[in-house]
Amino acid sequence: MKTLLLLFWGFFKIGAFTFGGGYAMIPLIKAELVDKQKWVDEGDFYDTIAVAQSSPGPLVVNMAVFLGLKIAKFRGMVMATLGATLPSFITILWIAILFQNFQHNPYVIAAFKGVKPAVVALILVPAWSMAKKSQIKGLTLLIPVLIAAAVAFYKVSPILFIVAAMIVGNLAYGRKK
Amino acid sequence: MIFRELFYTFFKIGLFSFGGGYAMLALIQDEVVNKHAWISVGKFTDIIAISQVTPGPIAINTATYIGYESTKSVFGSFVATLGVSLPSVIVTTLLFLFLKKYRSRPIVQNAFKGLRIAVVGLILSASVMLMNGENFIDGSSLIICAVSCLLIFFKNISAIYLMLASAAAGILLYG
Repeated sequence: MKTLLLLFWGFFKIGAFTFGGGYAMIPLIKAELVDKQKWVDEGDFYDTIAVAQSSPGPLVVNMAVFLGLKIAKFRGMVMATLGATLPSFITILWIAILFQNFQHNPYVIAAFKGVKPAVVALILVPAWSMAKKSQIKGLTLLIPVLIAAAVAFYKVSPILFIVAAMIVGNLAYGRKK
Repeated sequence: MIFRELFYTFFKIGLFSFGGGYAMLALIQDEVVNKHAWISVGKFTDIIAISQVTPGPIAINTATYIGYESTKSVFGSFVATLGVSLPSVIVTTLLFLFLKKYRSRPIVQNAFKGLRIAVVGLILSASVMLMNGENFIDGSSLIICAVSCLLIFFKNISAIYLMLASAAAGILLYG
């Protein structure tokens, strides 16, 4: 029961403080589930990102479903998913009902001018930590950089790289015994 | 029956939105503005603006907002949000069950070794795509980003504190 409540609360916080797209919540999920509660180890956590990427829909919901199932089966999944989606649901419903011009409020606009560059940092640093943890070094470091350039500048679909990575992984590591 | 239509439309949006966030905006716009005319283009742009200044995934935000706008009821909101989330829940659960069964197979292990490298690239691309004129408006933006990087890297500052601190900096600088 305690695990279920902690899962709900953990993902509720994640849902409430995730701005600027799913990737920015990666450090928050890691801090909560890996560092604090120690429910999953770091390697498993990074693999979960790969799985969440391969599934349709918002990254944060996919991570909640996968990690919820891993930590506390079906009930864990329900609690984590509810926790991750409720903050958006409540906030948007409140705005839709009461607060139509919220996005034009000068203080809201000013605050977000500050938040946006911080969100970039929130995504950039985990990419680096993950490369280190996965022991990607030397020339192999070029691969993620090239993938990033292809996706960001040439709008190549991430799905393509996910499929290719699974095949290349097997070609490169499969024969080393 | 508008509730059934809402559920079905957002289920479809949830099912076909890979790559997260802004990749799904075109699909959402096509369905809710062009096909169903539940909201106008102007309102849709407003929703995107609201999504940028409220927490949570843009697909959920849009579903919740349009669900309410098109029915003027909380139930409409609930139905649309449920619709957009269900495909994620179903497909991710299937992936979980599949991996639980086959995780120890060498072919899956090696696939993950490859995936780890690609995922670093995908995360990197997400931050590169945010490095634009809309998010970086002046020198202060660069300083906020650099200081944030240092705080995360060396002090492992919580994302929650970082969001609050950068919001405060924004109000002080631009408010």
